[in-house]
Amino acid sequence: MSSVTSPPRGAAPATTVRKRGLRRDGFWPWLFVAPLVGGVAVFFLWPIVQTAWFSLTEFGVFGGTTFTGLDNYKTLFQNGDLYKSIGNTLIYTVITLFNVPIAVVVASLLNTPGLRGAAVYRVLYFLPYVAMPTAVAMVWRIIFNGDFGVLNYVLGWFGIDGPYWISTPGAAIVAVSIVGLWSLIGFSVIVLGAGLKQIPPDLYEAAELDGASRLRQFRSITVPLLTPSIAFLSIVSVIQGFQMFDLLYAVLGTTNMNPTVFDSMSIVYLFYQAGFVTNEKGMAAAIAMVVLVLVALATVVQFRLQKKWVHLD
Amino acid sequence: MTELTTTPARTPKRRRPAGPRRNNVWIHLVLSIGAVVMMFPFVWQILMSLSTNAEVQSVTPHLWPAKIQWGNYAEVFRQLPFLDQLRTSVVITVIRVLGQIAFCTLAGYAFARMHFRGKNLVLGAVLSILMVPSQVYLLPQYQIIKDLGLLGTMTGLLLPGLFSAFGTFLMRTAFLALPSELEEAARLDGANPFQVFWHVMLPLIRPSISVLAITSTLWSWNELLWPLVVTTNSDDMPLSAGLATLINDRTVNYPIVLAASLLATAPVLILFIVLQRRVIDGLATSGMK
Repeated sequence: MSSVTSPPRGAAPATTVRKRGLRRDGFWPWLFVAPLVGGVAVFFLWPIVQTAWFSLTEFGVFGGTTFTGLDNYKTLFQNGDLYKSIGNTLIYTVITLFNVPIAVVVASLLNTPGLRGAAVYRVLYFLPYVAMPTAVAMVWRIIFNGDFGVLNYVLGWFGIDGPYWISTPGAAIVAVSIVGLWSLIGFSVIVLGAGLKQIPPDLYEAAELDGASRLRQFRSITVPLLTPSIAFLSIVSVIQGFQMFDLLYAVLGTTNMNPTVFDSMSIVYLFYQAGFVTNEKGMAAAIAMVVLVLVALATVVQFRLQKKWVHLD
Repeated sequence: MTELTTTPARTPKRRRPAGPRRNNVWIHLVLSIGAVVMMFPFVWQILMSLSTNAEVQSVTPHLWPAKIQWGNYAEVFRQLPFLDQLRTSVVITVIRVLGQIAFCTLAGYAFARMHFRGKNLVLGAVLSILMVPSQVYLLPQYQIIKDLGLLGTMTGLLLPGLFSAFGTFLMRTAFLALPSELEEAARLDGANPFQVFWHVMLPLIRPSISVLAITSTLWSWNELLWPLVVTTNSDDMPLSAGLATLINDRTVNYPIVLAASLLATAPVLILFIVLQRRVIDGLATSGMK
């Protein structure tokens, strides 16, 4: 603990100037932060450094590591798995991003003044978000089943011959994305609902007096004023999309049961596979570092884009 | 980015229009079609969990089981280590939630209201975790748990999750919003910093603590990757991982798997329905950073 809690030197100049005027707390602050900072340092901060190091090594079968430089990265970038998994992750992310526009419509309908049962609707839309992903995956597997799934049965009414969703490359990742989309809508509805409450009602009243239709009000008041929430939700959706693992694992099963998983892996699944199934921990660490860079890039890009369309007052 | 307000403001009652009530039929129509789609998997899960294996797999779907098979639910307890997994889920969730509340409120208070050297640097280091995807620290976490000989134990399952950067952020924001007068008064009365924290400040951020409790319960109950990594024996797994491994087990019939997953997710669904308002306010505010 002591090494963690000793005051870092770098921050000294800024604080010494102000210190005199402020209340002194002595050792108390350190007692307060020690448990958390100790835990975070041991289980999160130091591991980040370690992963960066692991990515440059190979793990021996009997323990011990050998430094291999950038070999893991070379193999990773030459091997098609990485690009395939990035592609799948992008497909998933793009499909699940549709939760935001759907939620905008639902949230603004729910915000209709005097609408009865709004609270009930809100709960119903929200339940999929709360439900355990592995638990809902079970029923989705049955809905998507190629032989007896109700989805293909219903598609049959329209003359569509549905694929074997779970075991067809390409279809499998779409199936997983649909489950992801379904589970995210509720959360977005809640966040947008909070955003809607901050829009002053007189704006709508004024628009009403000017004879603006409800659709026009939606387009010219609701959507522009919701852009901060929309931006936040898009960022969250993208970050969660890049982190996708649970649903893929639970809907499709493992590689030895369902070979389609090889074609449908997300980046995190690739990491899991390398780190804990085929036991190439150095490679897994390299994948983790690639994810770190991708998430950082995606966040920066989103923040940049956001400046162009988000309404800030 | 709008301000993060951690104390959920009591939402003003939606005003009902004084004039004639508008015709909301089409709105109800759209919303209820949506609700049916959203609820369909749950309804299907309930129906199929009460059917026979043959009915689940029949090519023309059976909407309603010929005979309600309550026995499937008994089979869950007979065929699967459901009770062991339930106990693991409950224990690790309770301990992680309590741990996060304890550590995050303490640290959040110090970061918000106390002055010490290097505070910003330490805070910055803790919050930087929020930007880092979990895979980046997962392998070393696994190595630590393995080196400690804790693989397959509850301690191993719950240990890293006791500490939360997000929770610290949430608690710090809550404490920042409180006025300093109360604190000063208590100090003048000779209370030590811990007493001020415990008796004066902590009770004031109760709403934010419940937000943390709700979000960490949800996360802990549903989390899959970590338990999958640190446990191999299904008796040692929490429900999330235990169910996930069932998919690969063809010896268990569909209705029983469905019944088990319904039972596994029911606690959080019920918790949510009971605490609906709290959860919605909480998530809405935690989402508004």
